[in-house]
Amino acid sequence: MNARDSRSVLDGFKDALLALAEGDDHLLFCELAPEPQGFQSFRERFPDRYVQGGFSEEDLVLTAAGLSLAGYRAVVGSTASFLVGKAYDQIRNVVALPRLPVCIAGMASGFSLGEEGAPFQMLEDLTLMRALPGLAVLVPCDYVSSYRLTMEACRCDGPAYLRLGGQKRVSVYDDGDARFAVGEGRLLREGDEVTLCACGIMVQEVLEAAEILSQQGLEPEVIDCYSVKPLPEQLILSSIRRTGCCVIAEEHGSSGGLSGALAELISQRCPVPLRYVTAGERFGQSGTTANLQEYYGLSYKEIVGAAAQAWAMRRR
Amino acid sequence: MNDETLKTLQARALDVRRDVIRMVGVARSGHLASSLSLVDLLVYLYWQELRVRSEEPQWPERDRFVMGKRNGCPALYTVLAHRGFFPREELWNFRSLGGILQHHPHLRRTPGVDAPTGSSGLGLGLANGLALGMRKAALPSRVFCLVGDSELETGVFWESVGNSSRLDVRQLILLADCNVGDWSNVQGRRAVQSFESSFRVFGWDVFQVDGHSLSAMEEVFGKALADLSRPVAILVRTCLGKGVTLFEGGRWPHSNIAPGRDDVERALRELNDRGEDPEVR
Repeated sequence: MNARDSRSVLDGFKDALLALAEGDDHLLFCELAPEPQGFQSFRERFPDRYVQGGFSEEDLVLTAAGLSLAGYRAVVGSTASFLVGKAYDQIRNVVALPRLPVCIAGMASGFSLGEEGAPFQMLEDLTLMRALPGLAVLVPCDYVSSYRLTMEACRCDGPAYLRLGGQKRVSVYDDGDARFAVGEGRLLREGDEVTLCACGIMVQEVLEAAEILSQQGLEPEVIDCYSVKPLPEQLILSSIRRTGCCVIAEEHGSSGGLSGALAELISQRCPVPLRYVTAGERFGQSGTTANLQEYYGLSYKEIVGAAAQAWAMRRR
Repeated sequence: MNDETLKTLQARALDVRRDVIRMVGVARSGHLASSLSLVDLLVYLYWQELRVRSEEPQWPERDRFVMGKRNGCPALYTVLAHRGFFPREELWNFRSLGGILQHHPHLRRTPGVDAPTGSSGLGLGLANGLALGMRKAALPSRVFCLVGDSELETGVFWESVGNSSRLDVRQLILLADCNVGDWSNVQGRRAVQSFESSFRVFGWDVFQVDGHSLSAMEEVFGKALADLSRPVAILVRTCLGKGVTLFEGGRWPHSNIAPGRDDVERALRELNDRGEDPEVR
């Protein structure tokens, strides 16, 4: 666990698409324009199943929805900030509302496009996509989970949003691990004193924080909440009933993402003290991804501090 | 079109108009004038042109119909009911809770509806995807997409127009309902002409037709649909509120104001009087 990996989250998505297309001639991949490090291998191997739209996210989603109406499994991949931001109307009205099984992949989410600055950085997508009834929201944290969750998203009866981001190439799951499903999460470390929930790149930070907390005598339980919607409710509730406090970490703004989802669940079913580790109520800016993540407080250090605070606020 | 067919279709259109007025009257909401302008076109399409099977709505080889002009749904629903897709009684539950007939075309609720649309300008992009899918699946289906002239003023619509050519979409027929009214209306005529040249720039074949003349539609559709190797746009000139004096020619204050009981009765009386002599239309 936590070893470096030569493969990224995006690689997991690409490899899963190739594998899916191999076994199912109804899978089509739609993108705006061929990206330099993009989907050449897919395009070369399956030219008939590669659809290139014009330079419009809105129209790309419409095309994918139309292909879905014609019986195809359409996968749309594009930069998350513009795909979700510009095509929200289309995703809402012609994908989510009629429950068309379109897989929407928001690539380069979070601070992945550091130097490009705020318009390219997506810290609101989980909130927006989570608000749509019946749309699954999945956030992989490494190559293996990305590969598996892409498979799951493309097997859904309804629409799904995959949040793909992260430049760090780490491996949280072992190759061959296939225990991923929509609506589930993964207990990565057992402990009794504080529950640490995370998704995406923050899973690795949470695991690092757990090491430190453990050395300091606080045994944390770590859950990868890769299915932001539907949430793995029982897994989370059974953990916080034991620990009595929770820290939620995500590479996202503080309104309504995974933290919002968990706060809604926990406040209604089992109220305990919560602490968020998020980018807060701020837009991004230009900088390297690593610098931005540190500046916006998205590291194991903040998680360690938040865990100590949450633990101190517990009811005794 | 022989006289007998013409008369049958005219009588059908009259029946459809009556039910459109009744359903909007019962619902006390809905866009009546926009719907009445579409009746002749939809009657022509559903009884003369579209290859669909009401007893088998999901027949894979059917022609697809994408209703981009959501405000015209009362006309579409009435035509679908008269064509046997669902019982006519459903019309009286238009826009009510639990009904199968929503204000917008709903893919999962209404038999005969092939595509969802919500906000304006989304129909053509969906139709592109559908037509591309039909081609990939080697199905003979044609995709008809009906939009209103207000959709021709949305940005996403023109993104889709450009994309139709880029995706090399075939078997696609766009029908643009242009409520220009009388052809002597200079402003309306200019608008239609500018739309026509815009479509040509994107490599489309463009036709124009009088949307209230069944024989003209037969002639123009015959020509337009002969070669579908390129996307085809048919600009359909129509009058808002066609068929009922009260709603015609901008007399009704706004399309989304539904008529009250008295107005409904007045409109039905007028249509009944015409029914005795369909030639008056």
